Amino acid sequence: MQNSNTGVRGMTMTQKILAAHAGLDRVEVGQLVMARLDMVLGNDITTPVAVKEFRKIGIDHVFDKNKIAIVPDHFTPNKDIKSAEQVKFIREFAREMDIVNFFEVGQMGVEHALLPEKGLVVPGDVVIGADSHTCTYGALGAFSTGVGSTDMAAGMAMGEAWFKVPEAIKFELKGKPGKWVGGKDVILHIIGMIGVDGALYKSMEFTGEGLVHLSMDDRFSMANMAIEAGAKNGIFEVDEKTLAYAREHSERQYKVYSADEDAVYSESYTIDMGEIKPTVAFPPLPDKARTIDKVGDIRIDQVIIGSCTNGRLEDLRVAADILKGRKVHRDVRCIIIPATQKIWKQAMSEGLFDIFVDAGAAVSTPTCGPCLGGHMGILAKGERAVATTNRNFVGRMGHPESEVYLASPAIAAASAVAGRIASPDEL
Amino acid sequence: MKIHGNVIKYGNNVDTDVIIPARYLNTSDPAELASHCMEDIDASFVSRVKKGDIMVAGRNFGCGSSREHAPIAIKASGISCIIAETFARIFYRNAINTGLPIIECPEAAAGISEGDELDVDLDTGVITNLTKNISYKGVPFPEFMQKIIAADGLIGYIRKRRA
Repeated sequence: MQNSNTGVRGMTMTQKILAAHAGLDRVEVGQLVMARLDMVLGNDITTPVAVKEFRKIGIDHVFDKNKIAIVPDHFTPNKDIKSAEQVKFIREFAREMDIVNFFEVGQMGVEHALLPEKGLVVPGDVVIGADSHTCTYGALGAFSTGVGSTDMAAGMAMGEAWFKVPEAIKFELKGKPGKWVGGKDVILHIIGMIGVDGALYKSMEFTGEGLVHLSMDDRFSMANMAIEAGAKNGIFEVDEKTLAYAREHSERQYKVYSADEDAVYSESYTIDMGEIKPTVAFPPLPDKARTIDKVGDIRIDQVIIGSCTNGRLEDLRVAADILKGRKVHRDVRCIIIPATQKIWKQAMSEGLFDIFVDAGAAVSTPTCGPCLGGHMGILAKGERAVATTNRNFVGRMGHPESEVYLASPAIAAASAVAGRIASPDEL
Repeated sequence: MKIHGNVIKYGNNVDTDVIIPARYLNTSDPAELASHCMEDIDASFVSRVKKGDIMVAGRNFGCGSSREHAPIAIKASGISCIIAETFARIFYRNAINTGLPIIECPEAAAGISEGDELDVDLDTGVITNLTKNISYKGVPFPEFMQKIIAADGLIGYIRKRRA
C-alpha cells in the first residue's frame, strides 16, 4: 500500500521505533540500522560471557551505568559452587562499573517480571537483553529483543546495536476471552497456528478491539512467548492500560508509537479470543498445541506455577482461586514461584500463601530455577510436569526422557489437584 | 575461506537446550561445554565428531534460548560450519558475532546426507557435495555482516572501528 500524499509505504510500530532510535525519518524492511539503546540486560548465565567479551574491547567504562540491568535470576540463590562463582564474577564487574541496576538475591526477581515493575522499560524504548525472553517488554509498546552475550558486551560498551528492520505479522484481537482463558492460552493458540518458526525474523504486532480484555499481566505473558514462534519481537499497541502501568511504575518520559494506517504486513490474522479454549502445548515444542478437551488422560508428577511467562500476581491469584479449599493430588509436587519480591510480598499479604500451603503446595523465593532445568524442581526419567513456563523442549526441566506440558496457571493449578492434565471445570 | 569436511546431519527445530543443556551452563569454558554438546538428542555426537566436520540441519536451527554457549559449544567441538534450511534469529546473530560460519541453503539442507563429503566456499556461498557430485548456492551474508566476520566477530569489528 502507498501513502497517497507522499508515495511512501507506511511503517509498523517496530519500524517506527527503530527509525527513531537510528536517527532516521523512515526505514525499509531488510535495512540494516544502528539503533541507540535505552536498556541493556543480562542474567547470571549470559553476563559472564558478556563481561569476558567486554574486556576484549579495551574500554574501561560502560556507556551509561543507569542503562544496564544485571539480574542474577537463573541459578540463584546460587545452586552450586560454579553458579556462585559466576554470580561473584558479574557482581564484581557491576561494582567496578558502578552499575546501578544490579539486583542481588533479596531484591532480585525473574528479570522480565522485574524490569517493568522497577520502571526500567517504558513505551517507545529500544531494549536488548542477553536472554531470549527479553521480547516480554513489547507488552509496554517497546521494541525489545533477545540477543547473545557478545551483543550485550557491545551494547554495554557502545550503547547501540545493529538490527535488520523486520517485516511484521499483524494479529487483530477481538472478542472477550472466556472463563479460565488468559493471555497464555491466546499465545499458545497463536503459536500452535503459525508454528515455532511461523514468525521467524519478524515482528508480531498485537492490536484490535479485544486488547481491552487483556490485562498487562496477560500481555506480558503473550509478548514473552513471541520468541517461541521465532519472532524478533512481539509488540502491543499502546492503550490506556499501558499508559497507566507506565505512569505507575516509572517517572521516565515515554513515547507512544502507533502503526501507520497503511503500514504493510507480511500476513494478517484476526483472532476471536471468545473462541479460544484453554490450551496446552505438548512436548517437545511450544507449537504442539491442543485444546483442553483434546488432551486425554495424562498423569503428571509435578506442577510449576511461576516464570517470566506466568509468575505474576494475577497468575498467583488464579491459582489460589482454584487451590482454595482443595488439596494437591498425592502423586504431585506443586511448586509455586512468585516472580519478584514485590509479587511475593503482595501474594503473602493477600493470604495466597495460606491457601497454597494448606493445599500442600510449596512456595519458593523468586528464581527461574526449574523452567530451564536449573534447580528447584528437576524431573527424573519418565516424569511429567505441567508448567506455566514457556518451553517444553527435550530435557528442558531435567532428564532427557522427562516431559513438560505448557499451560496457563488455571490449568496448572487444576492439574495439580486432579493429578492429571485437567480443567478447573472438571474439579 | 574454504572448508572441507564430512557431514553430521540433524532434523528441524534443533533447539539450544539440546545443543547445550542448561544443566551445564554453570560454566562458560568452551572445552567443557563441547564435552556435552548435542548429548540430549545424540549421545554419540561427542565421540564421533571430527575436527572440520560440517553440521547440516533443517528449519529453525538453534531455536530457543539466547545462550551463546550453543555456538561456542558447537565451534569448540570441532564443527567448522553449519548449513541449514533456516536459522533461529538469535542463533544466527550469535554465530556471526562469535565467528562460527553458517550458511542458509534449503536445497543443500534437503539434498545432503549424513556422512557426505563437502567443500564449502564461504566467500561465494557455494557448497559442493563431493559424494553426490552436486553443487548448491547458499545465501551470502550482507556486506555489513561480512565485515563483522572478516574482523573475527563483533568485538573485533568494534575494536577496528574504535582504532
